[in-house]
Amino acid sequence: MVCETWTDKLDAYLDGELIGADARAVSEHLRGCPGCAAESLSRVQQKRAVQSAGQKFTADPAFRARIQQSIAPRRAPRLSRFWLPVLATAMVLVVAGAVSLTLSRQRRGEQQLLSELTDLHVATLASANPVDVVSTDRHTVKPWFAGKIPFTFNLPELQDSPFVLLGGKVSYLNQSPGAELIFRVRQHQISVFVFQDRDLGNLRLDDSVRSAVSFNVRTWSQNGLRYFAVSDVSSSDLDKLCEMLKAAQ
Amino acid sequence: MPSETFEQLAMPHFERLYNFACWLTHDRQEAEDLVQETYAKALKGFSSFQPGTNFRAWIYRILRNAFLTSRTGLQATATVPLDLEEDEEQLPAVRETPESILLQRSDWQLVQEALGQLPVTYREILLLCEVEEMSYQEISATLSIPMGTVMSRLSRARRALRAAVQEMQNGAVGAEIKGRNRI
Repeated sequence: MVCETWTDKLDAYLDGELIGADARAVSEHLRGCPGCAAESLSRVQQKRAVQSAGQKFTADPAFRARIQQSIAPRRAPRLSRFWLPVLATAMVLVVAGAVSLTLSRQRRGEQQLLSELTDLHVATLASANPVDVVSTDRHTVKPWFAGKIPFTFNLPELQDSPFVLLGGKVSYLNQSPGAELIFRVRQHQISVFVFQDRDLGNLRLDDSVRSAVSFNVRTWSQNGLRYFAVSDVSSSDLDKLCEMLKAAQ
Repeated sequence: MPSETFEQLAMPHFERLYNFACWLTHDRQEAEDLVQETYAKALKGFSSFQPGTNFRAWIYRILRNAFLTSRTGLQATATVPLDLEEDEEQLPAVRETPESILLQRSDWQLVQEALGQLPVTYREILLLCEVEEMSYQEISATLSIPMGTVMSRLSRARRALRAAVQEMQNGAVGAEIKGRNRI
């Protein structure tokens, strides 16, 4: 005989949904009631039968693989959709950083070189003996440098020009010897420095540099030599002398 | 975003989802379509899934909703009586005999057949409870019905299954007797 008052609770009890006092009460009743115990056994058997019978279908492994492939994270597209812009940005930043660093170093080199050149020029202007060889023509000055510097260069013919070659002296830049030629035009003096390109190391000056601390500056490279002209003369006068020097090489 | 990937959460349920889909549709090809649709919808809506909540109930609900809107699902639910929750009187009271218990244990094919013949509403709740071993709360979340309805529907489904099994047993016994008489 099954007790009607307990049968309603049997399912919840057997499904593990009753806890605490409710579960204990059903358990105690089952121990003392053969009818409810038999009903309980029957329901447990049915649960197990359904559990076993319900696991009937097995998927084809190919279908499983298809589903897995369809939901797997698409690594390559994700890389392109998310990481590539990040990587591209990072690359741009790295390149920009490298360029900025290079430019910064280059600017530092330029500043250092301009500073040294103007210092040399000002020192010459302030010196009581601005030149080591005094001459009024190119045929005295050029031979004087022979043996003092490891290269030679030509000087322009200055007749019929406003420029006068006052003389020259050995100068040093980046611990390498070079020539410093001093010209005069009206009351202004122009220092022209000649060094070997290879001796300058990182001390590079772009050809487009036109001035430094109010001095006009010109520079160019010719036959492996680097020329620097520094003066407070007008740009046109400085350009004129530079063109004459270039033409003489 | 959830910390676990969708694949990590969803693939462990694949076999059981497929089994559940087969029971609902009674057709392997339709079941495959249903599972495929379920995974596609779940993946698409994964951003709305709340991490830490019940993923299993979530994906089973997606599958069930997909089934209910399919042609087979609409046909299946259309044949279910509207007063299914109120038809307690229609189900015969079944009392187990030692023989019937023995048969349930040994002949699970009979149970499979009976289960397959049940209305889909009963079939699904029995599968969720017995095969998937879901708690009443999970079943409630999966089927979107109150806990009280879970309990009452489960009780009716079990009685309906017993009745179906007993009917089959009687039919089998009757056929056996007929066969003996012929001999």
